[in-house]
Amino acid sequence: MLAIQTTDLSKDFPVGFWRPRPYRALDKLTLEVEQGETFGFLGPNGAGKTTTLKLLMQLLYPTSGRAEILGRPVGDVGVKRRIGYLPESPYFYDYLTAEELLSYFASLVGYGAAERRRRVSALLDEVGIGSERRLQLRKFSKGMLQRVGIAQAILNDPEVVFLDEPMSGLDPLGRREVRNLILSLRDRGCTVFFSSHVLADAEALCSRVAILASGRLIASGKITDIHAFQVRGWELIVAHLSGESLERHRARMRKVTAIADRQYALELPLEPGPDGLLRDLIGEGAHLVSLNPTRESLEDFFIQQVGQQEPR
Amino acid sequence: MRVIRHIAVNVFKESVRDKVLYNLVLFAILLMAASYLLSQLTAGQDIKIIKDLGLAAMQLFGLFMAVFIGIGLVSKEVERRSIYSLLSKPIRRQEFVIGKYVGLVLTLAVNLAIMTVAYYAVLGYMAWMAGSWFKPGWEAPAMDPALLKAVAMIMLQLMVITAVALFFSTFSSPMLSAGLTFGFYIVGHFNADLKHFEAIIDSRPVVYLARALYYLLPNLAPLDVKAQVVHALPVPAAYLLLNTAYAFVYIAALLTASSFIFLRRDFK
Ligand SMILES: Nc1ncnc2c1ncn2[C@@H]1O[C@H](COP(=O)(O)OP(=O)(O)O)[C@@H](O)[C@H]1O
Ligand SMILES: [Mg+2]
Repeated sequence: MLAIQTTDLSKDFPVGFWRPRPYRALDKLTLEVEQGETFGFLGPNGAGKTTTLKLLMQLLYPTSGRAEILGRPVGDVGVKRRIGYLPESPYFYDYLTAEELLSYFASLVGYGAAERRRRVSALLDEVGIGSERRLQLRKFSKGMLQRVGIAQAILNDPEVVFLDEPMSGLDPLGRREVRNLILSLRDRGCTVFFSSHVLADAEALCSRVAILASGRLIASGKITDIHAFQVRGWELIVAHLSGESLERHRARMRKVTAIADRQYALELPLEPGPDGLLRDLIGEGAHLVSLNPTRESLEDFFIQQVGQQEPR
Repeated sequence: MRVIRHIAVNVFKESVRDKVLYNLVLFAILLMAASYLLSQLTAGQDIKIIKDLGLAAMQLFGLFMAVFIGIGLVSKEVERRSIYSLLSKPIRRQEFVIGKYVGLVLTLAVNLAIMTVAYYAVLGYMAWMAGSWFKPGWEAPAMDPALLKAVAMIMLQLMVITAVALFFSTFSSPMLSAGLTFGFYIVGHFNADLKHFEAIIDSRPVVYLARALYYLLPNLAPLDVKAQVVHALPVPAAYLLLNTAYAFVYIAALLTASSFIFLRRDFK
């Protein structure tokens, strides 16, 4: 059974006040996500990511097409018991504290009082909310609300979680914590479907991605399989590299950037691979600092793809 | 049922923290002060004025609460998008609508109960000032239990109005909902005229339209028994029961319609 399946899922929004015309926010999205996958749903702003997630939560009804979660139609209460959802820029109730909000949601899921207390306190620890948990939510910053939002999304030990831009509004430390949280969800066997406009988020986490632009799916698969993201070359950083060995091997490098004394960033072509050169340099006394494949960035890819889209 | 209960309790919690209740205590104190002044003016003779004034104040305050909290119940959640995470929980949209309604009715009931206590306290104070529970000039004792019939009927009116406010707020803007709900309330008190429109205008279509409106709009005038109880006129139990049944049917119809509209809605 698939965790998520959409078939020709489309959504039109009427725009214009006097004579509303349909505006296609999502166009025939067909997508399959296996159970246990961490799936990145990528695209620039306005691509239709939030619209897709709302359709999956049945906050919107599709104009056409179908969507299923865990083999059941979306909106089914039995399915909602087994999933979690973090809305984009989540907002809750001003007058409740973080603790009360989660306790309220836990009661809607059906947990008893003792279980509720235990879960809520463990969750707040997990997302890093300490003594602030007794504070009313109107005093929370955006980043704190995001954490509360994540906590409520995983309140019921979901089998599938939907996270809409989970990293937005967080500082670098917060982003790393969310990353670790997603990894721990994955380790528990939870399917994670998250949207992002940042490729790095997906690279660090995802087994597969789908890329959306202007409401259309333009690529999907493993990041390394998507043509645009295939390795274009290598970035090799070495230390203790002598000037003469740099001179000797200069022809095998595309570009050389000095970083510090005898430390260089070397750009190498894809072929013949970095192994030979690396062996030679080390043989001549250099030390390896790092070696990374270089790929086209998601941003470059978006710009190139969006440029190709015919106007609607 | 469990879901409805939890949503209702949350509504109640919200309104308590909104300090509505404290405002009402303030109202009760003001009522007492005003009554005391009136009792000075009328030399404790006419307790009817105070009975009437208190009931009218309860009705008015209740109405404002029902309308202003009522229209915000659903629209505020949609506007602030708190509904996104709520509806992803294992609940049905109908349960959300009913839970919100029950929560506000609960809040209104508690507020009305507090006001009633204050009301009886004032009446008791009046009687004490007059030196008797029942003076010959009065038609009924100061703390007449029959007044509770009027309070119960006020509660029923508020329940109808809350359902009306909720209904409008499922599809129109808060301002428009408030206007329409107040409109319904006023029309609801003059509704009976619509039934006999032929006495006023001699035009079949207009008469039919008036008749249709009569059945469509809430009939609130029969739920207003303030004058009867204040003047110690009998209000038969059968009459109260019949009108209670009417109000419940009307509320059920409105909640069904609200749930249905809400079920079909897109949250953009
Ligand atoms: N309620 C709405 N009415 C009209 N257009 C909308 C509405 N919501 C979203 N859109 C449009 O649909 C497109 C997709 O939006 P969205 O799903 O929010 O994108 P993303 O989450 O990828 O940034 C955008 O062009 C946006 O302007
Ligand atoms: Mg979005």
